[in-house]
Amino acid sequence: MSGGEGIEVRGLVREFKGGVRAVDGIDLSVAPGEIYGFLGPNGAGKSTTVLVLTTLLPPTAGTARVAGFDVVQHGPEVRKAIGASLQESALDPFLTGREHMRLQCALHGLPKFERDARGSELLARVGLTEAGDRKVNTYSGGMKRRLDLALALVHGPRLLFLDEPTTGLDPQSRVALWDEVRRLADDGVTIFLTTQYLEEADVLAHRVGIIDRGKLVAEGTPAELKAGIGRPSVEAVPQDPGDRERLIRVLHRFGEDAAAASGAVAVRLPTGVGELADIVRALDAEHVRVADLRLHAPTLDDVFLAKTGRSLEGAAQGEQGEDGEDGGNGGEHGESGAVGGGGGGEQEPARASMQQV
Amino acid sequence: MSPALVTQVGALAGRSILKTARQPFQVFPIIFFPAILLAVNASGLRAATRLPGFPTDSYISFAIAVAFIQGSMFALINTGTNLAEDIESGFFNRLALTPMHRVSLIAGSLAGVAVLGAAQSIVYILLGLIAGAHLLAGVGGAVVIVVLGSIAAVAFGSLGCVAALRTGSGEAVQGLFPLFFVFIFLSSSNLPRQLLRTGWFHTVATWNPISYLIEGFRSLFIFGWDATALWRGFAVALALLIIGLVAVGWALDKRLERT
Amino acid sequence: MSDRAAHSAGVWAVALAIAWRSLHTYLRRPDLFIPSLVFPLIFFASFAGGLSALGSVPGFHFPAGYTAFQFVFVVIQSATFAGLFTGFTLAFDFESGFARRLMLAAGDRRGIVLGYALVGLSRALITLALVSTVALVAGMRITGDGVDLFGLYLLATLLVLVGYAWAAGVAFRFRSIQAGPLMQTPVFLVLFLAPVYVPLYLLKGWIHAVASVNPATAFLNAGRGLISGAHNHTALGFIAAGALVLLFAIWTLRGLRAAERAP
Repeated sequence: MSGGEGIEVRGLVREFKGGVRAVDGIDLSVAPGEIYGFLGPNGAGKSTTVLVLTTLLPPTAGTARVAGFDVVQHGPEVRKAIGASLQESALDPFLTGREHMRLQCALHGLPKFERDARGSELLARVGLTEAGDRKVNTYSGGMKRRLDLALALVHGPRLLFLDEPTTGLDPQSRVALWDEVRRLADDGVTIFLTTQYLEEADVLAHRVGIIDRGKLVAEGTPAELKAGIGRPSVEAVPQDPGDRERLIRVLHRFGEDAAAASGAVAVRLPTGVGELADIVRALDAEHVRVADLRLHAPTLDDVFLAKTGRSLEGAAQGEQGEDGEDGGNGGEHGESGAVGGGGGGEQEPARASMQQV
Repeated sequence: MSPALVTQVGALAGRSILKTARQPFQVFPIIFFPAILLAVNASGLRAATRLPGFPTDSYISFAIAVAFIQGSMFALINTGTNLAEDIESGFFNRLALTPMHRVSLIAGSLAGVAVLGAAQSIVYILLGLIAGAHLLAGVGGAVVIVVLGSIAAVAFGSLGCVAALRTGSGEAVQGLFPLFFVFIFLSSSNLPRQLLRTGWFHTVATWNPISYLIEGFRSLFIFGWDATALWRGFAVALALLIIGLVAVGWALDKRLERT
Repeated sequence: MSDRAAHSAGVWAVALAIAWRSLHTYLRRPDLFIPSLVFPLIFFASFAGGLSALGSVPGFHFPAGYTAFQFVFVVIQSATFAGLFTGFTLAFDFESGFARRLMLAAGDRRGIVLGYALVGLSRALITLALVSTVALVAGMRITGDGVDLFGLYLLATLLVLVGYAWAAGVAFRFRSIQAGPLMQTPVFLVLFLAPVYVPLYLLKGWIHAVASVNPATAFLNAGRGLISGAHNHTALGFIAAGALVLLFAIWTLRGLRAAERAP
């Protein structure tokens, strides 16, 4: 699958001075039009991979074809086909947004008469029309990121590299950027997105590659990866502590014991989330009232944990930071879906909890 | 030069000029410090004109040459610092990702420096004339000064680029500033070489290329047209330029591993 | 231990801790340490060596010779700048957040002012020892006696405090290294708008008028008098230096209060 607008990487290695292998034999493929999430903790080798794939760093070994061109043999052709928003907000603080657009258009060889129109079009696309004439040093982090994205799109690339595009952004800016990424994908742009946020990879990427210490430890759709490592569990807290034994009896009809928070009872479900409705009906039939009932779907962090033996620390912190006061509700790494959320729990991390059944 | 290359160099030169103009803190010292040093030295050292063998009665005409060198030193620091900031912020990588020629990456900045070097030379000439300096070589001499000032600024600017490309740190580039001032101090900046009576200092100033660059500028003010001083001044400026550009090429190869 | 004694012990404990840390950093950072030693030497070489012909200007008279004449300027400049650059360190520490930690931890915050002052004095001691050694090795003549030399270094000590107190006052108010030019430029101007290269009586025009009322002229005249054994300017130099120490001490302490009130 070395499609003209995709990525094909075989045995990619990048070694730095002192023998440090930032990228250590990676194989991956990205299909045209796909959003590929490259997930890993800080220092895992994500950015080095992006630098190699964008021709800014030659590989030590292995091959990589981007948009059908070999990154070593055909650097200029690769650069023509791709756009990139690298980890730093690579902007000149003393230029305005519009001046950035003009400069980028000139460097990409757009005819003079097209530059202003193209600049305005892209500024509008990322919602910076009004701020376009302000110097970049007055922009917020989110605005800088959006301008960065607009600059990467100047020449209409077929393939876009986004290196941790939402790191450090507030939740609103992050969601706005996700929407833009989805729109680009809808337009047929292939997107290679690195992130240390589980949620980002989960909601945005069609397929996810998990990298750790330079090696790709897992690859697949988020659902496949999560399904591959385990089943969901359901956790309930009795409203009356005296009902605990009856609650255990009901839940044991649906699965075997699982670790639970203090005062709660949890069982791992043999199949999927479909049994949740049956559990609710059974509790109702037995007149067991619960103060809290939640579903823990396996997360990408569980995948990371299963593959590496460690938690994806940075991502976990990032998620906690954004979820604010809600952070203490779920399990250690768990996403919790509300009752009736069904499979949606996997896509929507909102944590409604049912107070009473 | 291909039309694309011209567009790229022009776009980056424009950005370089705009960036300097929008940072008053960068422009201010370029004008202020040479002017202050000139005022202080011209007044404090005026007594030197009473030394037998001193080539002119006007110390300010003698001393103004140093301002052009100081201006070039500022070009070094500002160009180097701006490039280092681009490297630190990732802007340099953004440029590298465009189809632009690798030469344009630096040539654009240096073209901007050439323009700024010419502009600051004009400012120093005007300041000198207002302060009472005599430009014996006349308008033609002023043109030569602007050209020499521009070449010197690009030469020093390219050395700033080398420092930025090798270190990638604005702080490291700033750290070079005093080093280059040592070259000015240990030259014929304050007295003509024949009046440097301390043996070792005379030797150092004679071997110091900055002495010849200063004397090239100075000759146009105090002697009119002195072919020897001029060719030496231009030879030093061009030699520094060539060394600077070769070094930039090498440093660019090291920094930019783009395939 | 009385309250007053305990209080003063607190100030010194803070001061010594800060001085230890800053000197430790200074000595371990060649990018700070080496220039602070090299530049006074370059100034000395450039002025005493490069301008020695000025000793032959008609009317120039200095018994100890031109090297000693310039040595005094370099001593005064090095001392003032040792203090000044300590103010830079304080501003850096504010920018990095370290000084805020000190503000939180210090029992008596005047210990912070004192601590950095000790750093300035220590830095000056190292620089002046080196410059003096080089000057003596280079054959500088001293026609004053031991007491005169002691007086010269005492004057230098006061000037370290002047440079430091000025810069620290700025650093406390701005709490950013962006204020560096504001610390440096006035001191630079004051030092160079003085009879640096030739005695005051050989300066002509506006520079003579400015230098005549410039306190740096009083320091230079006092210092040059001491190294050559003449004392007709000594008292004025010390009075001017002492007054500036007092004035800038108030400036610094008020700056400290401003930093305490800052958000």
